[in-house]
Amino acid sequence: MTQPLLAVRGVETYYGRNQALFGIDIDVNEGEIVTMIGANGAGKSTLMMAICGVNRAVRGSVMFDGKPIHEMPTHEIIRLGISQSPEGRRIFPRMSVFENLQMGAVTIDPKYFADDLARIYALFPILEKRHAQRAGTLSGGEQQMLAIGRALMARPRLLLLDEPSLGLAPLVAKQIFDTLRELNKSQGLTVFLVEQNAYHALRLASRGYVMVNGRITLSGTGSDLLNHPEVGAAYLGGSAH
Amino acid sequence: MSQNDQSISKVLPILKRSVVATFIAFFLFLPTLGIKTAASGGVDGLFLQYRWPLLAIGCGLVFFGRIAYELMSSNKEGKQQKQAAPSALARALGSSKVAKAVAPLLLVFGLIFPFLPSSDRYILDLGILIITYVMLGWGLQIVVGLAGLLDLGYVAFYAVGAYSYALLSIHFGFGFWMCLPLAGLLAATWGVVLGFPVLRLRGDYLAIVTLAFGEIIRVVLLNWRSFTGGSNGLSSIPRPSFFGLPFNQEPGGFAATFGLEYSSLQRIIFLYFLILALAIFTYFVTGRLRRLPIGRAWEALREDEIACRSLGINTVNTKLSAFAIGAMFGGFAGSFFAAKQAFVSPESFNFMESATILAIVVLGGMSSQLGVVFSAIAMVGGVELLRQLQFLKVIFGADFDPSQLRLLLFGLAMVLMMLWRPRGLVSTRTPTVFLKDKKTVSAAMISQGRG
Repeated sequence: MTQPLLAVRGVETYYGRNQALFGIDIDVNEGEIVTMIGANGAGKSTLMMAICGVNRAVRGSVMFDGKPIHEMPTHEIIRLGISQSPEGRRIFPRMSVFENLQMGAVTIDPKYFADDLARIYALFPILEKRHAQRAGTLSGGEQQMLAIGRALMARPRLLLLDEPSLGLAPLVAKQIFDTLRELNKSQGLTVFLVEQNAYHALRLASRGYVMVNGRITLSGTGSDLLNHPEVGAAYLGGSAH
Repeated sequence: MSQNDQSISKVLPILKRSVVATFIAFFLFLPTLGIKTAASGGVDGLFLQYRWPLLAIGCGLVFFGRIAYELMSSNKEGKQQKQAAPSALARALGSSKVAKAVAPLLLVFGLIFPFLPSSDRYILDLGILIITYVMLGWGLQIVVGLAGLLDLGYVAFYAVGAYSYALLSIHFGFGFWMCLPLAGLLAATWGVVLGFPVLRLRGDYLAIVTLAFGEIIRVVLLNWRSFTGGSNGLSSIPRPSFFGLPFNQEPGGFAATFGLEYSSLQRIIFLYFLILALAIFTYFVTGRLRRLPIGRAWEALREDEIACRSLGINTVNTKLSAFAIGAMFGGFAGSFFAAKQAFVSPESFNFMESATILAIVVLGGMSSQLGVVFSAIAMVGGVELLRQLQFLKVIFGADFDPSQLRLLLFGLAMVLMMLWRPRGLVSTRTPTVFLKDKKTVSAAMISQGRG
């Protein structure tokens, strides 16, 4: 078996004395969309931060493309080709849409910039329309598109998305998931997605993990998890899909 | 209801609010204007002097001021909600077109200023002072305006620059042009020294530590007598010369060489152009920097540090470079200050200086270079203007000193600014790079973001 692009092994993290993650193991293979679902406070975002080196793993390892990254500073991890759209979007509100996208490409050779920008604008035409507008004045869905677009400007080998559907109308959320599927199919983009919106996330993903209180309780293919009675009960409103 | 009743129902609440305002003002003014302690000269020490007319004038001003304000704002009602639409002037200053026209005009004025017939020694000194503050403002703007790091101890770098020049020229006989880069380098080093411990701090906490840093530098200068001369300061610092020609009456001096009649004004004019050149240099460097990736990274850092990190920006280097470059310009200005005064002492570098520079940046608009010029003129020139208001003595009595009102007006100006233009005189931020068309979005139009 080929080595996974991202391999999380036995990661444990703490907030002060409180342990947040307990021995997390996750694989993300090249070209896959993998999702992690879980309730509020399960530790999904904590795992994201552990991968990016913001809140470091106390035990365990994180390997990217065979290289250990759990002791590297965040900006160096990002430069390896991991791009993150952090929780709550975190766009730069007082900078224009265009400048936000530019910031996404700070680590990239400027010669790619024009092409990449055109690619993002083709993906999210609304961003081109609003390119000179302050990012803070965009609607929630547009901001999310901007956050994803900004992350894509860094030409990631692995895109980490933290709750892209948070606070979005179902239709807008669906549009964003469709775009991700499209990107995965056409460009082979590898995505690791953390979501509360289990139904959409599991339908999109080839594989999924379920996290409860800092531990992974279930894993399997997207459709297996969708049909799993426990997942149905806990995350899909009880009705079997 | 008749016309008369309607107008009464409008006027009454205005009157009521004005009376309330006057009532509050009365109690505020009672201790500040109404009562004065005076020395009796005798054994009983101090006694209270009551100044009822002054108190009445103050309350009257508030009463009628409030009525005028109410009438003005009631005229506006209906047109728009309280949303502070940017005034035409401010909007004009913010747009890059007008800024491009105003900046050269200011420059031309700056160049001919010393030769205007009205420019005597006093006016020139004031001009030098204002330009020094403009330069300091631009330096601090990098740290506070662009990188969003609230620095209350900026004067420390000014002090480092001043003492660098003083010590290097006294002990090693270095000339001004040699000291200038060294002073900048030393100040930048201290900027990094300050930057390291505060990397993880933001907002209030950062402000407190930088404030302490400014005081530490001052106290060290005050107490390290053998090195800095303590509170006596360092005097007889060599003055800068014009390419080796000193400004004196000797045969080899500036005046003699150029066949001019000696005048002490020549040295002042030279200093004026020196600081003007330094300020223009600062303008271009800081203006250029904010268009470079590093400047964009500073802005992004101000907006969202976590997002910056998740985009692969090295936030440590970015912060330190902001501190270092901001400090460097403080060092240049300090070096000039020492050269101009030929005397430095810790007294010149107290917290008030930091506060003034910060106020200039905040008042001018966090990211407008032009705004800093106008606010420096208002802040520094305005204080000088107060000294000129001697005619007020006719109204308020002979012992009235308008320049004592400096801090009061300072505070008043700040409050008014916060009410009407919370983002500074020139609050629009021009996107630094354009794809197709230029467009600025007024800051006042969107809700107040995270400071």
